[in-house]
This record gives sequence, C-alpha cells and structure tokens, in this order.
Amino acid sequence: MFYDKHAKILIMLVFAVLGVMIATQFRINEVRKASVPFQRAEEITERLKIVEKERNQLLLEIQRLQEKTSNEVIDREINMLKAYAGDTALYGPGVVVTVDDSKKVAKPGENANLYIIHDDDLLRIINELRAAGAEGIAINEERLTAISEIRCAGPTLSVNNNRFAPPYIIRAIGDAKSMENSLKMRGGVVETLKFWGIQVTVAQEGHVVLPPYRGTHSFEYAKIGEGEAK
Amino acid sequence: MIYPLIGLVIGLIIGFEMPISLPQEYVKLLSVALLAVFDSVLGGVRAAKEGHYDNQIFISGFFINALLATLLCYGGEIIGIDLYFVGILVFGMRIFQNIAIIRRLYLGK
Repeated sequence: MFYDKHAKILIMLVFAVLGVMIATQFRINEVRKASVPFQRAEEITERLKIVEKERNQLLLEIQRLQEKTSNEVIDREINMLKAYAGDTALYGPGVVVTVDDSKKVAKPGENANLYIIHDDDLLRIINELRAAGAEGIAINEERLTAISEIRCAGPTLSVNNNRFAPPYIIRAIGDAKSMENSLKMRGGVVETLKFWGIQVTVAQEGHVVLPPYRGTHSFEYAKIGEGEAK
Repeated sequence: MIYPLIGLVIGLIIGFEMPISLPQEYVKLLSVALLAVFDSVLGGVRAAKEGHYDNQIFISGFFINALLATLLCYGGEIIGIDLYFVGILVFGMRIFQNIAIIRRLYLGK
C-alpha cells in the first residue's frame, strides 16, 4: 500500500494538514454558534443604522418645529400686546368724528367759554365711543393709550402732551354703526354739543387708520407684580 | 495505516492549540476546502483499494483540489455568485460516490 518511508511521511503531513483544517473549522463553528449569526448580525446592524438615522431626523424635526412654534407664539403675543398698548398702527372700519368750535358769537354778558370745545366734551365723546365698543381711538394724530390725557391747555387741547387746536378729528375703529348711533342718540353727546353750536360731524368709514403711539412707555414708580403689602 | 492517523492527531492538536483563528469571512472558504480535502482522501483510499494508488497524484490532488475550491469560492464571493454552493454540491456528491465505491470494494462485490 505505501511504498517507502518518504511517502509515509508525506501522507502523514497531508493528514496533519487535514487535521488542522478540521480543528479550525470546528473551532470557528463553536464561536459562530455562540455569537449571533453573521448574516443576521449584518441585517440587524443595517436596520439599526436606518432606524438611528430616522430617529435623528425626527429629533431635528421636533427641534425645528418647537423653535418655530415657540417663536411664532411669542411673536404673535408680542404683536397683540403692542397693538393693545398702541405701539402699532391699526386700521379697520370705524367712524371719524370731527369737532369744531361753535360759530355762534357769544352774546354780550354771556360766557364765551360755553361756545368753545372743552376737554370734557371730548372726554364724553370718547367715553361714548368706548362704551360702544371702540377698539382703538386717536385724536388728530395722537393715539389714545391707557394713560393718555385729554386736557385743556389754554385755547388748545393736550393729548399725550401734544397740543392741538380745533378742529379735532377723532378716529375710532369698531362697530361703526353702533358707535355712530351711541353718539347721535337723543339726549346724547352730539345733541348736547349742538345745542351750544359746536359743530360735530360723525361719518362712518370703511377704512380708518390709527397712528401708533409715538411716545415712550416707562414706569418710574410702578413695578410689575403684586409686590408685598405693607 | 498508522501514519495517517498519527498525522491526523498531530494536525488536530496543532489546530486546537493554535492561538490564531480564522476570521468569520473565510469560514465558507475553509468549509469548501475541507470538503475538497475529504474528497481527495476518500479518492486516495479508493485508489488504494483498486490497486492503482499513486502518492504524487494523491498529494498533488489533495492540495490542488483544496486550493482550487477555495479560489473558486473566493472568486465567486468577489463577483457576487455563490460558487460556494457549487463546491459543496460537487464535493459532497463525489464524497458519497467515493464512499459507495469503497464500500463495494470492501464488500468485495
């Protein structure tokens, strides 16, 4: 069967190689059994990568949307507050009330003051407009804010510390019809003023523009919050 | 008959005690090579039984078959064709054939 020693040693070598291969295969198989199957691992890693990518994208989206919404909400809030405070111009349907001094000449012995416009006349008109639901009011070019004053300053009128001479134009945005009606109602402001010859015209307009308040807002004494009672 | 067994045992010992192992990617190649080697050994046994055993043919066949099977499998992996299965199929069939012939020879029919 085997011819010489040389051949026998060669065959032994060959079988040694075979033994090494078998052993290696066996060991690898042991390792493979213990670990996750190779293909499966590949598949799972691939899927993990995809899912992670998706998750990152979604996180970015969330962040982006949050930023957007918070900014939008804050912007809207700020704009609304500015509009309430009178910092922005407003437009909309409303009425334009023009008030001018009386053309009647005061009779001798009569008080001429009765025939000119006083601050309380304007205040009554404005009060009436507010009662009728005006959303914003301006006198001439001065927007009325929560702390605007309307006050006689000699022959002129002071609004927001700016003086105006007659005629006074009051613009108000709101339900034009009800504002006009409330001004013109019997025994109302307009009738009273007309009694003294003061010229009042009330006109409904579809597009009334209120200028913004041009002064500054600053609190010297007031502080925000309820504070502590003393 | 003792020399091949001694060789096999030495090989097994070396294989199990070897500190390095084959990377997972080459498992397929090794399995095909192993099948080729089995086939060669069985072919050798069969040739010996038939009485025309040649040492050179056996040894060259042993290594070249294993090498060729491995290369075929490797090349298949590179071009994306599973030639691995071809190797397994062919060598598996040949192993069974050889065993059948050896069995018949042993039984003397």
